[in-house]
Amino acid sequence: MIFRGTAWRVGDHVDTDVIIPARYLVTIDPKALAAHCFEDLDPTLAGRIQPGDILVAGENFGQGSSREHAPIAIKGLGIACVIARSYARIFYRNAFNIGLPLLECADLHAAVESGDRLAVDNETGRIVNETRGTSFQAAPLPEFMRRLVDAGGIIEYTRRKVAGRR
Amino acid sequence: MGMTLTEKILAAHAGVGRVRPGELVECRVDFCFANDITAPLAIREFEKIGVATVFDRERVAMVPDHYAPNKDIASAEQCKIMRDFVRRHDLPYYWEIGRSGVAHVLLAEEGLVLPGEVFVGADSHTVNHGALGAFSTGVGSSDLAAVMATGELWLRVPETMRFVFHGRPAPWVTGKDLVLRIIGDIGVDGARYAAMEFAGEALRHLTMDERFSITNMAVEAGGKNGIMEPDDATLAWVRPRAKRPFAPVYADRDAEYARVVEYDTGRLEPVVSAPSSPGNVVPVREAAGVPVDQVFVGTCTNGRLEDLRVAARLLAGRAVHPRTRMLVIPATPAIYRQALAEGLIQTFLDAGAAVSTSTCGPCIGGHMGVLAASEVCVSTSSRNFVGRMGHRDSKVYLSGPAVAAASAVLGRLAHPDEVLGRTAAGVSA
Ligand code: SF4
Repeated sequence: MIFRGTAWRVGDHVDTDVIIPARYLVTIDPKALAAHCFEDLDPTLAGRIQPGDILVAGENFGQGSSREHAPIAIKGLGIACVIARSYARIFYRNAFNIGLPLLECADLHAAVESGDRLAVDNETGRIVNETRGTSFQAAPLPEFMRRLVDAGGIIEYTRRKVAGRR
Repeated sequence: MGMTLTEKILAAHAGVGRVRPGELVECRVDFCFANDITAPLAIREFEKIGVATVFDRERVAMVPDHYAPNKDIASAEQCKIMRDFVRRHDLPYYWEIGRSGVAHVLLAEEGLVLPGEVFVGADSHTVNHGALGAFSTGVGSSDLAAVMATGELWLRVPETMRFVFHGRPAPWVTGKDLVLRIIGDIGVDGARYAAMEFAGEALRHLTMDERFSITNMAVEAGGKNGIMEPDDATLAWVRPRAKRPFAPVYADRDAEYARVVEYDTGRLEPVVSAPSSPGNVVPVREAAGVPVDQVFVGTCTNGRLEDLRVAARLLAGRAVHPRTRMLVIPATPAIYRQALAEGLIQTFLDAGAAVSTSTCGPCIGGHMGVLAASEVCVSTSSRNFVGRMGHRDSKVYLSGPAVAAASAVLGRLAHPDEVLGRTAAGVSA
């Protein structure tokens, strides 16, 4: 799948409290959560992100709490995929589990500004910064995640597993 | 080459002779839980899987702690989703308000997490229970739903980083100071995806309560789990509470560690994490003097009996500074009761502190002690991210209970020595 969208760049160690503050964790509705996404980082950001846009982050994206509400809020904004230098582990699992595509790329972050147009091939990991005419290669998906994605996420994987046991 | 403690527990639960870091294993889970924020999502996903009920009613707990007692109608609805599920599936491990407390403290206290076990919770601070010699890790709601259905979880075997504490902790240096020191040194992603094993003779000088503070914050360094080998103190703590038989696991002598970091605890001093990252660690003496609007003693990190005892020692016969408000929240009703019996609650009230029923409360800035713009809080919790305890322009310093209580008395960030002389120290004696 090729995603084409506007890049939004955030820094290193963006935590789940900034992605969706705990005071809004009284709902599991993606749209309601999306309205407050990144509020404490930049209160205007959620309003500027358009469906199909691409989030570019630095190191350790999603550190902190286990709240699945964090990737749900990002997906609720319409973000097509996230490309970070690295991810915190619970966020990483959660994003795959709810179907938010993640890519890991060491070099893109320093070579992109918010507003750049990106084209991302989710399968090959090829990323093109169309605004600057540069291209990058994301790390291949770890086998564990590939297995989950192929199965359609942890819930579908588990549904098949228990059905097979009957 | 032998296996580390974490590797041995995972191998046993994957039903294989040995595992190596990086390998994927499907592990049997001994116990799992969700809270009032993560359970509603987990329940929704669980219901898609197509099983009639949970894998074992005796091994799934649900705990109302974050927004319980309910802070508003929306949170009341979330708690009710959880409560209704518990009733529908007749789950024995649920505690209603009045009996409930902060999950990580409550579940250990109830003897539901045991040495050698694999414990999984839909909350990142599930790493807490590693102090008991269990493999204990946090997951999201969908992963938890899968565990609730099958009693199994896919895991990547982590590399183990070993942190060895030598000597005897210097005065006022608590378990919290040790773990903050590590996070300050290796950074908030210094142990990303890794098991953090804590060892060394200095641990013998720490109470179990202090040890929990250490494993509790492994996640703040990015760790997958924090863990300690059980010793006599661990077993003495666990045995009277254990709800199931258990077998402690110990590392092989020739286990391989990705990295070993050693500390002479006699040379350490009390520290705080300055705003707005747990990794922003500085000695208290360098941060001292910052005016403080609120002090909070509580949470899964430092809301245990030993923490209340330390705070009460500093507050006894003194008053909370008029410029400052102090909140004390015992993590569970059992701790509240014991604090009452020991006169600690009286000490807090006499000093002018507010004491509340067990809840996560101000830790997540949702209710009961939310901060206004530009306010400063000294908190015994584990996270001081932007907006964590309230307004995005509020600031949180993380500390142990002694620094928190000293700061409450003086109305500014303070070293405990400023309140009680050095001779009176020896917190871990
Ligand atoms: S006390 Fe704070 S850190 Fe601990 S479980 Fe509650 S909200 Fe999370």
